[in-house]
Amino acid sequence: MTAYDVEPGDSVHPGDPVKVDRYTGTARINHWITATCLVLLALSGLALFHPWLFFLSNLFGGGQNTRAFHPWIGVVLFFSFFGLFLRFWRANLWKREDFTWLVQLPDVLADREEKLPEVGKYNAGQKAVFWLMSILILVLISSGFVIWDQYFSGFTTIEQKRLAVLAHAAAAVIIICVWIVHVYAAIWVRGTIGAMTRGQVTGGWAWRHHRKWLKELIGGKA
Amino acid sequence: MALFEFELPNPNTVNPVTNLGEADQVRRSASSVPPPARQLTPVAKLIDVSKCIGCKACQSACLEWNDKRADIGTFFGSYDNPADLTPEMFTLMRFTEWVNPETQDLEWLIRKDGCMHCEDPGCLKACPAPGAIVQYSNGIVDFVHENCIGCGYCVKGCPFNIPRISPVDHRAYKCTLCSDRVAVGQGPACAKACPTHAITFGTKDEMKAHAETRIKDLKSRGYNNAGLYDPPGVGGTHVMYVLHHADKPKIYANLPKDPHISLLVDIWKGAAKYVGMAAMGAFAAIGVLHYLVEGPSTVSPEDEESAKRLTGSGRS
Repeated sequence: MTAYDVEPGDSVHPGDPVKVDRYTGTARINHWITATCLVLLALSGLALFHPWLFFLSNLFGGGQNTRAFHPWIGVVLFFSFFGLFLRFWRANLWKREDFTWLVQLPDVLADREEKLPEVGKYNAGQKAVFWLMSILILVLISSGFVIWDQYFSGFTTIEQKRLAVLAHAAAAVIIICVWIVHVYAAIWVRGTIGAMTRGQVTGGWAWRHHRKWLKELIGGKA
Repeated sequence: MALFEFELPNPNTVNPVTNLGEADQVRRSASSVPPPARQLTPVAKLIDVSKCIGCKACQSACLEWNDKRADIGTFFGSYDNPADLTPEMFTLMRFTEWVNPETQDLEWLIRKDGCMHCEDPGCLKACPAPGAIVQYSNGIVDFVHENCIGCGYCVKGCPFNIPRISPVDHRAYKCTLCSDRVAVGQGPACAKACPTHAITFGTKDEMKAHAETRIKDLKSRGYNNAGLYDPPGVGGTHVMYVLHHADKPKIYANLPKDPHISLLVDIWKGAAKYVGMAAMGAFAAIGVLHYLVEGPSTVSPEDEESAKRLTGSGRS
């Protein structure tokens, strides 16, 4: 049997400690290209969002370069994230236990994992990050084309551009907040970052945070 | 009022007094300026549409003074040339053939389009580049090209669709109200060149008084709705029109009846900026606080043991 949330490459290596393969090499490269783009986009975008942050444009060699590079980085991010989407969408489908998990958010934040339902490869928080990122990136790329004046200024009216620039700013603020949650969760939950660097987590980590997934992996093997 | 009352004198070329330096700025995009020590007299350009003969001397003078050359265009069924404002053409005569429904007369409306030099400039409000757009205490709104980053936000901020981004140097251009001429006591090149004095330049008060006499004259000749276009929605403008049909500015090639900075731009440059910064700051702060209070979530040796039992490996 293959559960909906077991992804290609996921496997368990018995030993002391038990090691679990969580992300393949290509998935990790794909993730870090996306991550680099997202950080560069946030820095260049924030430079144009608030005068306090305009100094960030120096990182890109001045305002003109910031304006020119930002949309191209966005295009790279879009395709890179699309790769992640194809990889991860199935395992991020919303399940019944995800509601329970979300309702018990206070237990999550207090690290009382024993009170939570067993979850698969992704918990409801990770799924929420995945879907929010997906939707927001769609909003950002489409509104971004409308305000990419250098090539596309002739395709829309000024009123449409005003709406797009406001939607772009709002979506960017939200996606930066989602990104903060994503990064913080990876730091707070020890043993997580290894999944995206070396590709592995320990069996104890999988037992504690994604027990259903671990059981599925072992069950699938047997 | 004599026809040549606003004939502009030739400048004093010996030790001219210059103003419109940084000390005369009252607003500066994406930054703040100290309150200026002196207040220059507000100036205005008055365009009397009823006196315009459509000769385009103003356009030629504008190109000449600003050392711009417009591309040779193509004919598209209108006297407008070029078809629209461009990064080189800061002012454009827009021709409208309008049949007056009351008289059935064909009226040829010719409006000299260009930057209105709003008292509350939407371009400056929208601009993210410090010092790329400035406003002087005499009312002139000017683009400082070396600070411009070519993002096109000014285009979204402007209620009159005026700024144009150059595809060559990626900077925004528009009428400067000849700030370089005004700074040394001269009037704009277009006003200097206008053969019928349809374009006049002076202090804003003088121009309003002059407009009054023109409106009185037009009303005496049957234009009952003649009036001054100095729209309050943008705090008034430093380029004003005398219109024979001031109740219908739209007929003059879509001159907006009640222009104001778009609500979307107000939200984007107002609430969104503060709410956005606060939201991002709050998320980061909550993260730090949670970590301080809660500490890291760690995997226990028992968890590792359970995993081992589950996989049936390394049983001790």
